[in-house]
Parts: sequence; structure tokens; C-alpha cells
Amino acid sequence: MTDIANAPKAATTKKPGLKERYALMTRGLDWETTYQPMEEVFPYATYEGIKIHDWDKWEDPFRLTMDAYWKYQAEKERKLYAIMDAFAQNNGHLGLTDARYLNSLKLFLTGVSPLEYMAHRGFAHVGRQLPGVGARVACQMQSLDELRHAQTQIHSMSNYNKLYDGFHSWRHMHDRVWYLSVPKSFFDDAITAGPFEYMIAIGFSFEYVLTNLLFVPFISGAAYNGDMGAMAFGFSAQSDESRHMTLGLEAIKFMLEQDPDNLPIVQHWIDKWFWRGYRVLTLVAMMLDYMLPKKVMSWKEAWEIYAEENGGALFQDLARYGIRPPLGWQQACDDKEHLSAQAWSTFYQYQGAAPFHTWMPSAEEMDWQSEKYPDSFDEYYRPRFEHWAEQEAAGNRFYNGTLPMLCQVCQIPMLFTEPGDPTRICYRESEHKGETYHTCSDGCKNIFDYEPEKYVQAWLPVQQIYQGNCFGPDADPTAADFNPLLEVIKWYRMNVGVDNSPYEGSRDQQNFQAWKQQTTSNAPAGGSPAGA
Amino acid sequence: MSTVFIAFQTNETSRGIVEAITDDNPTAVVNEQPAMVKVDVPDSMTIYRSTIEEKLGRRFDLQEMQVHLITLSGHVDESDDEFTLSWKQ
Repeated sequence: MTDIANAPKAATTKKPGLKERYALMTRGLDWETTYQPMEEVFPYATYEGIKIHDWDKWEDPFRLTMDAYWKYQAEKERKLYAIMDAFAQNNGHLGLTDARYLNSLKLFLTGVSPLEYMAHRGFAHVGRQLPGVGARVACQMQSLDELRHAQTQIHSMSNYNKLYDGFHSWRHMHDRVWYLSVPKSFFDDAITAGPFEYMIAIGFSFEYVLTNLLFVPFISGAAYNGDMGAMAFGFSAQSDESRHMTLGLEAIKFMLEQDPDNLPIVQHWIDKWFWRGYRVLTLVAMMLDYMLPKKVMSWKEAWEIYAEENGGALFQDLARYGIRPPLGWQQACDDKEHLSAQAWSTFYQYQGAAPFHTWMPSAEEMDWQSEKYPDSFDEYYRPRFEHWAEQEAAGNRFYNGTLPMLCQVCQIPMLFTEPGDPTRICYRESEHKGETYHTCSDGCKNIFDYEPEKYVQAWLPVQQIYQGNCFGPDADPTAADFNPLLEVIKWYRMNVGVDNSPYEGSRDQQNFQAWKQQTTSNAPAGGSPAGA
Repeated sequence: MSTVFIAFQTNETSRGIVEAITDDNPTAVVNEQPAMVKVDVPDSMTIYRSTIEEKLGRRFDLQEMQVHLITLSGHVDESDDEFTLSWKQ
């Protein structure tokens, strides 16, 4: 004890130090090929225009070697599964604040977890294609991390699938449901880019600038609402994200230091991927402000801490390389007042086509919104929400039966408003080979105009429905009573009238109340729970 | 002036780590949230293995922080004895 306490700070050790061990374990592991030219072994290394002169300059600041990686990851897994088992064994779901909370997990499982799997594939691919060994080792670890995230999320949330609706067909839905094309197309866009663009898209813009907004306040909120399972997988995943963020930052510094010609290419990717990622976070804004029954912080507060303060510091730091904050940054900061309310309004209207429950905020929750959004909620959103709540109470709940126009790039319905005018929906148009394409913002229009040949190929759910591509094999469009929207919902594998019903009166709501009563009583709770 | 931060899951190990950070970085601001604790320091923070070992009363490998870590910001520089986060101005 004494010798530890009295040891000088930054004492040196005799065995190889961390920097030395890292160098020994990551250098000299590759070789120059002799049977095949190197450019055929690494065919994607140059076509994006990024110039790299010395891969040995790449250094992973965490200096994590493979042996240490396995040791700490194994420890994380043991902790995580112990918590998940304990949570399930003790009927942890009955400790939730409210079953409304579960709907944020349904969105997470269908929208986010499949992206973790795609990130696993993406980093495996990029790790294979980057010619530098240090970068390859880091990508390999990240690929394994992402696979772990997908698996732990599925395991944790599968416990809820035994008891609650809407958790059953997440993988099937991810490839089909209208709003799930938003996160899906984001990752498809990244993984079809070259390896350097992928590193900026996922490693830098998504991991460094944006994942904090999902995995920190939302997961802290999961804990606050009694979900130890989501808390455990979320924080366990984010502990890997710290490494991923550091990798993303290293990737960008490395590209910028290697050749001045890389700067404009990198800046364009930052502009593009900041905006792509920000649009996906629309779902997170709504989860924080509307779907957590007990709220940790508002989207606006989270944005101020993790984007404005932290992202601001980052871009100030990168200014020495000539990097400026991404295009669209100011608009994203201004829109923090409106994003969550505009998104929740949309999901409320399209409840019939979404496999999770929606509701209007209670009077107390609307007061919370007024307090958190004093400059926007009472003026723009409270009147609409109070009207809808009244109509719902009177048995006249509003459903929008018309399919929305989608943005060609982010694939979100045209729900965002003009910069500076929250009363007018924003529309942008581009012409390409005689066709008109629609986008939701200047950010998405810029992305489209730069690579139209990529985005004209988008699989847009609304267009696909109208073209008749979203019905099951037994649907008969010639039948007199053919109901196209009902057929689409069936094709999504939603349990019609159950998964896509309003929260009020839903089977989840009834079961949760009945099961909660049973926790403090020995009497049967008035028959078996609904649907059991 | 920019802020660096680091956040940990709330547990007995991270309690010692956070005490070590606040001892060694007098301008640190500790921000407790449900199930997590976030520490902000202007410009840079250094975490010393030796201070954590004093707080925990046992040997500690700085890479053990990975098990409790949630997130961080700033450039990382890590050795066996020190872990530094900083923004370069």
C-alpha cells in the first residue's frame, strides 16, 4: 500500500511500455505481395482520390492490442449477461415506469440494432481493404465490437418479445417498413462508398459527432425508467464507442496529415455525413422527448451538450487542418427547437402503419415540453397536440390515410420546416435526366446533386407501395374489397390491430397494468391477461 | 476554451476513478446523471494510474477503465501511467 501511495507519478516500468507493446503487436504484421501486384490486392485503396504516403504514421491512440482486447471484452460480456439474466429472472420488466417506454425499444430494435450488424460487416470489409496494418487491426476490433452490439441488443430485447407486442419481426421489418428505410438507407449508403469515405461516414461523423446523442442520454433514460437490460447493453456498447470515436478522429487526422489534396475530399464527406447522420437522429430526438415516460434531458439539452459544445470543440480543433464545421451545422442547431415535436406528430398520424404504440403527451408532459421548449412548444405544437388529444378522447382519433412524399436522400417524409419558419414545410427539387427528384432540405439536396446517379436508385417505400411492390403473394388487387394499405401492413408482418394500435387501450397497456397488480397481491388479477 | 469530458457507469470502481480525476484536475466539474457520471475539464485532463491505485487500494491497469467507460471527448494519449484527453489549440 505504502509503496503505491508514495510512487512518483508517471513512474516508468521495466517491461515494455504500452507504446512499445502496441508497436510490437501492430507493426510488421503485413508484407509486400509477390504473386500479385499490391494494387490488385487492395483494389479500393486509391479510386476515391485519397493520397496516403506512409501508413506507419497511423497510430491508434488507445494502443489496445488484441490480447488486451479479448481480456476486457470478455469482462464486459460477463458483466452484461449477469445483469440481463438477473433482470429477466426477477421480472425486471415490472419495474418499468410505464409500458409506454417499451415503444422506444421497439424502435431501437427495428431501427438501430440491424445497423450494428451492418457496421460489423462494414468494418470487416474496410479492414480488409485499407492497406495499413494499424488501421486494419483497429477495424478488426471495431468489426467484432459491432457484432457484439447487435447480438447483445437482440438478446436483451428478446426478453420483452416473450411478453409484449411489436418485438417479433424486427429483421423482416427493417428491410421493408417505411420509416425504417431511413436508418437502413443511411448504412447502405455508407457501406457502398469507398473505404476512406466509410471511415469518415461511420468512424468520424456517426461515431464521433453523433452516437453520444443516442447512447448516452437515451440509455441513461433507460436506466431512469427501470430498464436494466437496455442500460447494460447500451453502456457496454458505448464503452466500445469510446474506442470507435477515437479511431474516427485518428482516421480524419491521418488523412488530413498525409496530403493537402485530401482536405477538400474529406470536407465534402464531413458535410455529407454530418447531415445524413443528423437526419437519422430525428428518431432519437423523438425517443428522448416523447417516448421516455421519465425524462432525463430534452433533445435540445442533449444537442447543446453533445453536439454544440463537444462537436464545437472538435471542429475548432480541426480548424488547424483547414476543416470548417459541416454545412448544415447552423440549421441543425436552430432546428433543435422543433425536431422532436415534428417527428412525433408524424408518427402519431401514421400510427396505423407503425408497429409501435403512440400517444399524445399528458397535461403534465406538455408542461414539461413548455418548460424545455419555451420558444416553440406553446406557440407551434401545444395547440395541435391538445386538439388531437381531445379528438382521441372523444373517440375520433386522427389517422392520416394518405401516404407522404419522401425525401430522395434521407427517405424521411417531408415533415421538416423551412429554416426560420416553422409554419411552412420545406421542399427542394432537383432535375436529373429529365426527372424531378424531391428532397427535404438544402442538406439533402446538396447530397443528391453531388451524386445523383447514386440516389436515383433509392428504394423509396412510398413509391414502391404505389408501384404495387409491397403486397404479399396472396394479395389480390383486382378484388372488389381490396384494401391496399392493409395489405402493405400485412406484408410488413405487423399483427394488425395489435402492434399498430394507439397505446391507450392496447394489449401492452392492459397486460402491464394487470401484471403490476399481481406483484403486490396473491389474488388472481381478474382472469388471465389479455392475449395470454 | 473547449471542454474535454469522460463518462463512466456508476459503480465502486468508477467512484475511485472520478475521485482521482478531481484530485488531479482541480478544475474538474462532476455531473451525476441516472446510472452514469460525467466529468468535464476545460482544455485537458490527465488521469494518473497511481492516484487511482491510492483511491482503490489495489493495483490498477489504466486499460481497465474500458470496462467502466461510457464515452469521452478530446484527443487521447495513453501510456501505462497516464491517460490524457486534450484539445490542441
